[in-house]
Amino acid sequence: MDIAATVRAFFAAQPPVLLIGLAGVVALLSVAGAIATLLTALKPDKDYRELRQRIASWWVMVALLAGALLLGWRATVLVFALISFMALREFLSLAPIRKEDRPAILAAYLALVAAYGFIAADKYMFYLVFIPVWTFLGLPFLMALLGQTRGFLTTAATFHWGLVTCVYNLGFAAFLMRTPDTDRLPAGPAGLVFFLLLVTEFNDVAQYVFGKLLGRRKIAPTVSPNKTWEGFLGGWLATGLLIWFAGPVFTPLAGHGLLVVAIALPLAGFAGDVTMSAVKRDIGVKDTSHAIPGHGGVLDRADSLTFTAPLYFHLLALFALDRF
Amino acid sequence: MGWLRFLLLVLVARPLALFLTGADVTGRERLPLKGPAIVAANHSSHVDTLLLLAIFPSRAVARVRPVAAADYFLRDPVIGWFSRHVIGIVPVARLKAGVGEDVLAPARAALAAGDIVVVFPEGTRGDGDDLGQLKGGVARLAQAFPEAPVTPVWIQGAGRVLPKGEAIPAPLNCAVLVGEPLGWDGDRPAFMARLRAALLALKDQAPPLRWS
Repeated sequence: MDIAATVRAFFAAQPPVLLIGLAGVVALLSVAGAIATLLTALKPDKDYRELRQRIASWWVMVALLAGALLLGWRATVLVFALISFMALREFLSLAPIRKEDRPAILAAYLALVAAYGFIAADKYMFYLVFIPVWTFLGLPFLMALLGQTRGFLTTAATFHWGLVTCVYNLGFAAFLMRTPDTDRLPAGPAGLVFFLLLVTEFNDVAQYVFGKLLGRRKIAPTVSPNKTWEGFLGGWLATGLLIWFAGPVFTPLAGHGLLVVAIALPLAGFAGDVTMSAVKRDIGVKDTSHAIPGHGGVLDRADSLTFTAPLYFHLLALFALDRF
Repeated sequence: MGWLRFLLLVLVARPLALFLTGADVTGRERLPLKGPAIVAANHSSHVDTLLLLAIFPSRAVARVRPVAAADYFLRDPVIGWFSRHVIGIVPVARLKAGVGEDVLAPARAALAAGDIVVVFPEGTRGDGDDLGQLKGGVARLAQAFPEAPVTPVWIQGAGRVLPKGEAIPAPLNCAVLVGEPLGWDGDRPAFMARLRAALLALKDQAPPLRWS
């Protein structure tokens, strides 16, 4: 009885729209799962294992993130710190690094801990400058002390690129959880993060689906040969419409602000995807790891998010939030 | 004591291996689940042992016993107790090899008891880039237990997480590639050549190590 009452109180304390939004995602995944099961039954000669694996992984990711969002900012910051850690570990494992750089690798993980510490402590100004200014300078200084000058500039740039994309940019998604009640959010701070994740992943999926259905003209043949103009434009339109209609439900965005987000966010998602593809091509791998069955590594899944999270954060700060 | 080892392996070694390496395993279904069986892996770091203990399913992990150098792992009583009862090593007196003593006797005893014996045929930790010279002990074990499959495993990147001589591990992804088990074919040099070829073939499938 007590447990049931606690559970009811837990859900009653959540913004109703957030619960509806999460229920929508669960419904969407259920439909996708049903289609995959149906396809497997109808066409036994085709192999749909990867599709089913993909969907199973989506369930795990949705459960993890939804649980964190419902539990509040502490759990969400922790989960994003974990995502950043796994992404950074993938990046540093694949990027060319010199043997002498072991202390610098450890320092990069310390920078991650410090950056998320600033989010937990709600120190926005510290967060803003810590990686782009202080780690940017401090890590190369440490590398200079280590004494190896061969490939110095390339390695310093590698570290910085990894830290900014995997830690600094993804951290903005977690920082949204620190938006105070005074900002009058329609679905709470969790609604802001939920909407960012929803539209970013929707854009990924929509581009993929439109590309599969209509794709003809390649958009970036040397970097990402599977990307087409049709997929890009279809995803842009579909995600733009989703943002335009669902944005006011989960965020305080309206009017011009909403329009700018609807136009810019799908572009940023595409840019993140293509840019990370260029990095992977340079390194010589297709997937950054096998951490997420059917999807590849954490960076394969979060590549668009490394671009959309900071853009979304700053557009919200510009148009709608008083706190930032 | 068995339950303590099991709990430490499942509740400490596994999360630690996951944290430090991501434990990216390809071909996990090819790992032997019951003994007698031999697993032969390349060796560049203590992380190799941690990883190999971490990737076996719970129902098999109690049977997994890494072969380790007695002169190194039994050098003092505390490390010795930990090596025997937690890591579960099969001690091999590698310094006494070639002087008439049967150094492989403990490994054969473990196989006879139905254990999954993990060997590092290079005999010591290498630099992590190349496969060193393989020692023939694994072929003699295979000859003594022709029914035991010998599963080749390539571990990519453990030498970066914790190189020889370093004390602090740096988390970096490791790929573990499990190959098709080899059977004993009656000829030791040919067997060693097949094992070497199998390990190098797995290495070719591993993600690149940009480490210079």
